[in-house]
Amino acid sequence: MKAPRRKFLALSAALTASCKKAEVPSESGAHMRPYGERAPQEQSVRIIRELSKSPGTGSSRTPLHEIYGIITPSALHFERHHAGVPAIDPATHRLLIHGLVDRPLSFSLADLKSFPSLSRICFLECGGNSVGDYSGNHQPTVQGSHGLLSCSEWTGVKLSRVLAEVGVQPDAQWMIAEGADASMMTRSIPMEKVLHDAMLVYGQNGEALRPEQGYPLRLILPGWEGNTNVKWLRRLEFTREPAQSAKETANYTELLPNGQARQFSFVMDARSVITSPSGGMKLARKGFHEITGFAWTGHGKIAQVEVSVDNGQTWALAELQEPVLSLALVRFRFPWRWDGAETRIMSRCTDETGYVQPTHDELLSVYGPNAGYHYHAIRPWRVLPSGEVVSHV
Amino acid sequence: MSKAALLLLLVLAVRAQDKPLGLGRPATAAEIAEAALTVFPDGRGLPSGSGTAARGRAVYQAQCASCHNDNGEGRDAQYPALKGGIGSLATRSPRKTVGSYWPYATTVFDYIRRSMPFDHPRSLTADEVYSVTAFVLFLNGIVAETAEMNAKTLPAVKMPNRHGFIRHDESPVSRARRGTK
Ligand code: HEC
Repeated sequence: MKAPRRKFLALSAALTASCKKAEVPSESGAHMRPYGERAPQEQSVRIIRELSKSPGTGSSRTPLHEIYGIITPSALHFERHHAGVPAIDPATHRLLIHGLVDRPLSFSLADLKSFPSLSRICFLECGGNSVGDYSGNHQPTVQGSHGLLSCSEWTGVKLSRVLAEVGVQPDAQWMIAEGADASMMTRSIPMEKVLHDAMLVYGQNGEALRPEQGYPLRLILPGWEGNTNVKWLRRLEFTREPAQSAKETANYTELLPNGQARQFSFVMDARSVITSPSGGMKLARKGFHEITGFAWTGHGKIAQVEVSVDNGQTWALAELQEPVLSLALVRFRFPWRWDGAETRIMSRCTDETGYVQPTHDELLSVYGPNAGYHYHAIRPWRVLPSGEVVSHV
Repeated sequence: MSKAALLLLLVLAVRAQDKPLGLGRPATAAEIAEAALTVFPDGRGLPSGSGTAARGRAVYQAQCASCHNDNGEGRDAQYPALKGGIGSLATRSPRKTVGSYWPYATTVFDYIRRSMPFDHPRSLTADEVYSVTAFVLFLNGIVAETAEMNAKTLPAVKMPNRHGFIRHDESPVSRARRGTK
């Protein structure tokens, strides 16, 4: 694995450096640049999986083990596209709102930016994150297993504010959102969510949305399955019934052992994972290591995160980084003294509704092995006496 | 209070709360008609035109077989099978396809019209979409080769898994913990 090797190299460089004197340059440094780049030594990247011959189709995963704090740099935000990344001209892009409304309207981006704006930090997780774990196919690293997860500050306008312009009629029960990707992906969203906290978003982490994140306009439904947060948003239609689109019937439905499938399972349930130390890393020595990771829930706030360093026999509370935001990633930390013995470490979270993150066995007893989406069980990492951390349990 | 009543109150509150700012321009009937691509389970949104599986076979060979294989068997992991798996959903190795899993024939039409062929979507005529939809349904034994599919007959097609979907807002794990199935 790249990441642990990089850590190792950094460590040996530090050891050598500690014997040398740090050089303070005597000449003035590099020129300024209009758009910043990270230091050349920093190499953190997404893992890309392209599913088909169509360029850009497939997924890329966020290097969760190399993120500081809770915000995912936009360049490292995970991606899942069903027909590549379209190139859209923001000057001509429009959003059409029609159906059960008094006044069907078409909005330019400038129109949407004229509304009172709103920013909100929230996580986005693909409904298919960690799907391999259902069948015991554990990815070796946390990036591979949990990397369809990111967290950004999104800026735009509250959708209900825009709907005041069109006058949504009282019998509207659903909103059908359509993207301008080549497959014109569509999802049906219940009115309760639309009116509660849905946002039309043009900003991400202080700048315009990245093309991969829906430039120039996307839907954000805080806490809901990533696929419903339709990118490259072009059309909203208000209706009495859902569209029953392919992506809400054939996909993003959980097939249960009795042959029935759970549909419109929008909310991402409470989940946590240790990102360091995690699969593929190596503990260089016995003694102190900070255990850290993320917790998140689509049901509001994380109430607590517990960590076990003895294979799940005992649990202790982790410290949560303040402020703990509703529907955002929460960073947890736990001080640990490793005695050099083999063990398993894991985290378990509880959200403000009292929902406790299930074990793999409990999750499987309900969802079965073929559910395909919404995997959210506790993830143990095995620490070997050599210090190596591995994913097979 | 019922969920519907709550929703009505919410809609009315939103209607009352924000005064329109006069942003956006009126959408014309023509632009709405052109953009409104969604086909609903009751058939709303289906265009005029028609087709049969017999006619769809040629469309399929020319437009779909290169990816989905000669008879909808699929190819590699990338190109999903379009047939098979009926009756497999409750087994250890379920196979989800249009035939075994999709609850509405209208969704098949909608998806093929908006998203297929994958490399040049929305290039088929309405008659071609009806025909190739009929062909995919025929491959699954759901309609006869000569059955005409149009805006009336397609929504009436009974898909094998029509009643295979459930909706509970509460998580299945919470339901199991409470002892509810
Ligand atoms: C260039 C390759 C390609 C061609 C040509 C193509 N498809 Fe597809 N098709 C795909 C891919 C890739 C997917 C999966 C897309 C996704 O996962 O979002 C797909 C998905 C589908 C699905 C959904 C299957 C499921 O169960 O999820 C149907 C139905 C379908 N195609 C029908 C057709 C028809 C009919 C044609 C011809 C008119 C066609 N396709 C032509 C590549 C192709």
